[in-house]
Amino acid sequence: MIQIINTGVANIRSLQAAFDRLGCTWNLTVSPEDIATASHVVLPGVGAFAAAAEAIDQLGLRTAIIDRINHRESATLCICLGMQLLCESSEESQSAKGLGIIPMAITRFGDGVKIPQLGWNEVRPLDNGPYDAGEAYFANSYRLETAPDGWGAAETDYGGTFISSIWRGRTLACQFHPELSGTWGESVLTQWIEGITC
Amino acid sequence: MLKSRIIPCLDVNEGRVVKGVKFQNLRDAGDPVELSFHYQDQGADELVLLDVTATRQERIAMLETIERVRQRLSIPLTVGGGIGSIEDAGRLLNAGADKVSINSAAVRNPDLIAAMSARFGAQCTVVAIDAKKQGEIFQVLTRSGTTAEAIDAVAWAARAESLGAGEILLTSFDRDGTRSGYDLPMLSAVTDACSLPVIASGGADSVAHMVEAFQHGAHAVLAASIFHDANMTVGEVKQQLTDAGIQVRNEW
Repeated sequence: MIQIINTGVANIRSLQAAFDRLGCTWNLTVSPEDIATASHVVLPGVGAFAAAAEAIDQLGLRTAIIDRINHRESATLCICLGMQLLCESSEESQSAKGLGIIPMAITRFGDGVKIPQLGWNEVRPLDNGPYDAGEAYFANSYRLETAPDGWGAAETDYGGTFISSIWRGRTLACQFHPELSGTWGESVLTQWIEGITC
Repeated sequence: MLKSRIIPCLDVNEGRVVKGVKFQNLRDAGDPVELSFHYQDQGADELVLLDVTATRQERIAMLETIERVRQRLSIPLTVGGGIGSIEDAGRLLNAGADKVSINSAAVRNPDLIAAMSARFGAQCTVVAIDAKKQGEIFQVLTRSGTTAEAIDAVAWAARAESLGAGEILLTSFDRDGTRSGYDLPMLSAVTDACSLPVIASGGADSVAHMVEAFQHGAHAVLAASIFHDANMTVGEVKQQLTDAGIQVRNEW
């Protein structure tokens, strides 16, 4: 059973449909116990950094999510804003407090590119990763600029390179939307579900 | 590098695709679910469903259509047509749309752009602009092209950006249905004035027209009849675009 954390601020219908197509059962949860014990947990995210961070705190889920990801052996997938929330802060909302698992800050794309980045772009794993290089659908204005220590990473070019995905243990975080990235995206989800440990 | 996108558009009325679709190899060429899947299979990068229904009853049917399309689709889905409020947009997103496109309602009430962007994010707030050449400017039209507004499309695109829109869907009323190519001067004027991604729409009849649009700043092209009439598959279009030096997603 895949537990999808329902912060109420993300549009998660596409994600549910993708799991349905892959034959996986899922459930929406706001329970710290589910987050602690489930075989698979997804932290989705669309929308604003501050709203999502506040929702996590209001639901009392901060500690459960941090503990799960630091445990490393539990399969956790963080998508789009979900990946950004792993960091300490974001230029999008200076006062909001991220999960702080990664001691870095999220920044806005620089001048010279259209913002938001909206569309398909190439994802290139820099280290041995849970998936092969491919093309993914992105919808983001903010990004992680460099790979965090202790994590594997993939990079993408958009006005210079940025980090489009990171992984550690059985945690996989994607700035792109695997659920909207065609057959390649479905293969990323399958790899995560089936549990390749990195 | 970001890929240039090819987006087929389906007009949907009472749960059926309208505007003459001529596929031979589909069991039911009027079923939006089957057609959406068919285009995805051909390599479409995204799909637009345009609700052309008029009544409230039919709008409820549209939500069921979106749910059914979403279940099959692994690419982004934009829904537009008749969205008047943030509640309307929320219903469409809950049904499975990834982006919502607003047109007349945004002109009547520009704050709707800001409200949608704040609630759902800029990435799912698409502002559709229909316009035609009028003297020296490109005049905005609303209500499916029936009402001329005292607004310049170029200035309107820039305002939509400042209000929080994430993408512009720009349709040339002069070119729509003429098969004479996209309105390139209008496209250039809008892409110069606003830093959002712009989807060019109206007038495409060939890959050459699409190449021109990308060379004039379009990030994506919308096309209906070129695909519905089965003149070309999405895959054939992408192959020819690649041959012309346009970078597209490598799946078809």
